[in-house]
Amino acid sequence: MRVSSTEITPSASVPAPRSRWFTGLWKEIKANRDAYLFLAPFAIIFIAFTVLPVVTSIVLSFTDCNMLEPPKWVGWQNYTRLFLVDDVFLIAVKNTLVYAIVTGPLSYIACLLFAWLINELRPKLRAFMTLLFYAPSISGNAFLIWTIIFSGDAYGYMNGLLLRFGIINEPVQWLQDTRFITPIVILVVLWMSLGTSFLVFIAGLQGIDKTLYEAGAIDGIRNRWQELWYITLPSMKPQLMFGAVMSITQSFTASEHAIALAGFPSTDYAARTVVTHLIDYGNVRFEMGYAAAIATVLFLAMILTQRLVQKWLRNLG
Amino acid sequence: MRIARTRLNRSLGGDLTLFLFLLAVACFMSLPLVYTISNAFKPLNELFLFPPRFLVRNPTLDNFRDLFIMLRSSWVPFTRYVYNSLVIALLGTGGHVLFASMAAYALSQFRFPGSRQFFNIVVFSLMFAPQVTTIPNYLIMARLKWVDSYLALIVPAWGMSLGLYLMKQFMDQIPKALLESARIDGASEWRIFWQIVMPTVRPAWLTLIILSFQQLWGQTGGRFLFSERLKPIPYALQQISSGGIARAGVAAAVGLIMMLVPVTVFLINQSNVVETMSTSGIRE
Repeated sequence: MRVSSTEITPSASVPAPRSRWFTGLWKEIKANRDAYLFLAPFAIIFIAFTVLPVVTSIVLSFTDCNMLEPPKWVGWQNYTRLFLVDDVFLIAVKNTLVYAIVTGPLSYIACLLFAWLINELRPKLRAFMTLLFYAPSISGNAFLIWTIIFSGDAYGYMNGLLLRFGIINEPVQWLQDTRFITPIVILVVLWMSLGTSFLVFIAGLQGIDKTLYEAGAIDGIRNRWQELWYITLPSMKPQLMFGAVMSITQSFTASEHAIALAGFPSTDYAARTVVTHLIDYGNVRFEMGYAAAIATVLFLAMILTQRLVQKWLRNLG
Repeated sequence: MRIARTRLNRSLGGDLTLFLFLLAVACFMSLPLVYTISNAFKPLNELFLFPPRFLVRNPTLDNFRDLFIMLRSSWVPFTRYVYNSLVIALLGTGGHVLFASMAAYALSQFRFPGSRQFFNIVVFSLMFAPQVTTIPNYLIMARLKWVDSYLALIVPAWGMSLGLYLMKQFMDQIPKALLESARIDGASEWRIFWQIVMPTVRPAWLTLIILSFQQLWGQTGGRFLFSERLKPIPYALQQISSGGIARAGVAAAVGLIMMLVPVTVFLINQSNVVETMSTSGIRE
């Protein structure tokens, strides 16, 4: 592309290879002046309010920072403590992985499946159905109704139901019993998962060229599952990638629901995730350096997952 | 769409089964909507009923009446909170959609030094836990003297990574040939952006408006806004809820009013996401 063409062009006035590279680069920057102008407003704000705080946090992860005294440089100490000393962190990692492995793929598939099914409906009905599916995401802290359903006394809906049918003899402490906490949190996270990716998939389905389906029918596509696999999915790869990133972030950072349902701290740390661990150190104990180290580790884990998923999605269809 | 229904590989039975399945799941998913609406019309004795009841039995408008009585006596008029939230959500969303789309256009249609790296940084930034960046963020706002002004909430929204990523993914699907022919015709990049690119990715920005509006509407502004007259409506709701039993009815009413605005935005945008016949011809 343009890169190679400008680099090959010999430039008589500047003989040294390094400065030739530089003028080549400069030429290219000048050639793309419009692109930089389009990018500039966003880039400036993004760097100031997102990149700068993130970089600061990563630097803070190498310090001992209690927000009262100036940060003290401690090198890798926060990280060694995290992996070698902090037992609770390992519980948090284990829980987070369980949540991520279960809710990540399931919520992704659910978003795709329901977006695809809803897309078949007529426009007005579709907008309304989309609202119903999206309801858990739009109505604030509505997941609190689950605390009523799984309330530990005999009046909680779940207990009441099971007692009436004689399945249990005494109320179950759903949100205190470590056997039930994880499945319940997973259920609620899944219930709330038809969010951003769901809407993006619906929008993405709109962009698919309708003539592709007609061509597909002629080429011997027989049912709607084949249609989905051979036409729909390959046509919306960019949206699928977007949805994957959303699923990764959401499944790795589940904390709000866990705290609201199982309490903070939860019984035997059964609902402890990496992010609740981070909140504990950052907002309760004010060990900002340590909290930043947790955030950095989580960040790297998510980037790694995203790279793997991206590789896999490229080969789709 | 009707046209889609008449395709070869559809059967009435299959459609019906799928629709019933969708309806069943939709009922389960709509619980919070039903609950919020039903709560707003519950009289106090039902709100505090033990064991709790999901649906209202004797609906009443008392909560809304109480809300208006309380509004008359409140220090800052309630409409001021609504106004604050609207300013933040509208300006924040407008700027976000505009700037993110412009940047997405640059990254999607041009290859220039730094473009690939910048895009990767944007995607990665989605994965950094926001809980630890609060302090650096506050320091930046303090340095800019934006603490206790709308700017602290509105301007950062213009540079949120989500919008750029979303818009870029949709713009990547626009056939290059379409834009090339416009360039040959002598159209400026600005014109191509407005007259070809943006109309083509309409479903994308309609969706982005929903997401961005909803997020900004829910902001309490807790860390940055300190003057009472600048506070948004979720903050007011928090204050009312903390009034305890006496204010529970009012809080339920405010909860419903607060939810209605993003739901309206959602329904308007979502029913427009559907591509009309006139714009679908633009695609390859």
